[in-house]
Amino acid sequence: MRSLLLAGTALLTLTSGAAHAQMSNDVIRIGVLNDRSGIYADLAGEGSAIAARMAAEEFGGKVAGAPIEIVVADHQNKADIAASKAREWVDTGNVDVIADVPNSAAALAVQGITRDKKRIFLMSGPGATALTGAQCSPYGFHWAYDNYAMAAGTGRALYEQGKKNWYFVTADYAFGQSLEEETTKMVNKLGGKIVGSVRHPLGSADFSSFLLQAQGSKADVIGFANAGADATNAVKQAAEFGITQSGQSLAGLLLFITDIHALGLPAAQGLMFTEGFYWNLDDQTRDWSKKFEAKAGKKPTMVQAGVYSAVRHYLKAVDAAKTDDPDKVAAKMRELPVEDMFAKKGKVAANGRMFHDMYLVRVKAPGQSKGPWDYYDVVKTIPAETAFLDPALSGCPLVK
Amino acid sequence: MFDLLGVPPQVLFGQLLLGLINGSFYALLSLGLAVIFGMLNVINFAHGALYMVGAFVAWLLLNYLGLGYWWALFLAPTVVGLVGMVLEKTMLSRLYKLDHLYGLLLTFGLALILEGAFRHQYGVSGQPYPIPDLLKGGQNLGFMFLPNYRGWVVAASLIVCFGTWFAIERTRLGAYLRAATENPVLVQAFGINVPVMVSLTYAFGVALAGLAGVLAAPIYQVSPLMGSNLIIIVFAVVVIGGMGSILGAILTGLGLGLMEGLTKVFYPEASNIVVFVVMAIVLLIKPAGLFGRER
Repeated sequence: MRSLLLAGTALLTLTSGAAHAQMSNDVIRIGVLNDRSGIYADLAGEGSAIAARMAAEEFGGKVAGAPIEIVVADHQNKADIAASKAREWVDTGNVDVIADVPNSAAALAVQGITRDKKRIFLMSGPGATALTGAQCSPYGFHWAYDNYAMAAGTGRALYEQGKKNWYFVTADYAFGQSLEEETTKMVNKLGGKIVGSVRHPLGSADFSSFLLQAQGSKADVIGFANAGADATNAVKQAAEFGITQSGQSLAGLLLFITDIHALGLPAAQGLMFTEGFYWNLDDQTRDWSKKFEAKAGKKPTMVQAGVYSAVRHYLKAVDAAKTDDPDKVAAKMRELPVEDMFAKKGKVAANGRMFHDMYLVRVKAPGQSKGPWDYYDVVKTIPAETAFLDPALSGCPLVK
Repeated sequence: MFDLLGVPPQVLFGQLLLGLINGSFYALLSLGLAVIFGMLNVINFAHGALYMVGAFVAWLLLNYLGLGYWWALFLAPTVVGLVGMVLEKTMLSRLYKLDHLYGLLLTFGLALILEGAFRHQYGVSGQPYPIPDLLKGGQNLGFMFLPNYRGWVVAASLIVCFGTWFAIERTRLGAYLRAATENPVLVQAFGINVPVMVSLTYAFGVALAGLAGVLAAPIYQVSPLMGSNLIIIVFAVVVIGGMGSILGAILTGLGLGLMEGLTKVFYPEASNIVVFVVMAIVLLIKPAGLFGRER
């Protein structure tokens, strides 16, 4: 076995030219692993692959002399499929980087593999705070958002508006419960109160019963700790039952611009939530999003923009380190500032969390919107330092 | 006022009413399934997908032809019915002589194809469909705020359900249909075109699903996955009511809606499984279902 390995290494050294002697093989291969057909296909899916390709194109398709190649796979929101695909890519596919991986369960599985096999993992899709907490990895980078940022941003903003009492409508599984827990911590810390909560099964179509209970609680805020179709159905039916007209505020704890597009402004107007990205922030974001829209047919979500930013930063680090050695590249990624259309003066912390500004947005009324995708008023920018959890409190063993 | 297990009666009335609304959806969908099973002996797994198609036809009519809700209410079931008739003529009709399982597999495959096609074209997030202007707003009933549209849904589906029951159980046409299922050869001998009647029955059954889709469009997102979420519950309703029993499907649909509504108050986590618990109990006590006949 040992001699075989030696022979293999010798062969590799022979075949790789002198120009890029530091590359593990002759190509930088980036695997975009996400949901391409299920509930997260619109917010990640092919759009994330397009975003990764856009980052590669910016480098002219080559970094430090090696061509960049993007491969994609569908994990179908199953952690076991995500894990076996990641293993296959790393063991036999010469994949250097795995990117995106929405669905926290899938991301946690891939994090374990990339930690053991020493491969860079660029997470844009998943939300679990554990990815930069107890389950952090020297090679794992969490880019666009996390549950803490969503909960803290929205919880604090509504508190500052004098809305102190919360009622949760929570999806009854790990993700929903973690969102509720993070928000509860923030609301309690600020001096607000949780007046009640109701747990609904994942994939409920009818929310009227839960909404009626929330309405009866007389809470200032009804917080939806759910995502995807659950969140859009809940918001739509809240409008139908006249909940916002009666003075209660709705807070989505994880919404994407594709959800707002799906809901339509009449149902979504007035909704406040935290976003990691909006296409209409400045010239740079508008310019990039226009190029993205030309390829994808829609504006990017924060997950897709995050994939672009993370892949770009990785390539920049490879370029600077002149190698794809994971340890050296990971060190460079932490050292270099993140500066692109997604993150201004972003910084990667020791636990792998990328600190960047987040945005508190309010959905426009139909009359204020100038057309498709003109959906948000940015109420305020949440500075990076307060947007994310202090790495010292994250419980990540890498933080000393 | 007195409280029932810690729940004030106003809340309870509200929840019961909501249960009735959901129940009327279950009734409408399971009615179509029951009609198809009763007359054709086909377990129509494509029912949920055709419900989704009904909602999408309404959305397409609005967005591409500018035809609103009231047009859709008539046109979408017609389109779905025609699609159903084509499916029946070209595929299902070849399977009547075979085991039930083949019809089930065929319709399940069709459901996957339909869902996949719409998912490919329109994504998974769904499309918005507005409530028609005439039915916007709601009534304050004292114990709850009832959106006008939900009231309309209950009324419309109850009328359609009992109309269908009456047509099948109490009219001459219904008598032919029932006779044709008992003994098609004999009925044909009386000069009645049984194959056409069977296609029309299938078309009518799936048109009911299309109608339910249109009714659902303003409440739920019009999404390719909306049917697969609902179809399993609707099957449970049909099994509890007794396969093929028209009245059974209607009453069970409404009853289970109410039961689900109550579960959402007392133990919301279980609201998705209460229907199946009831199904298990009913099957243990009455294997043919509440209104079914032993064959």
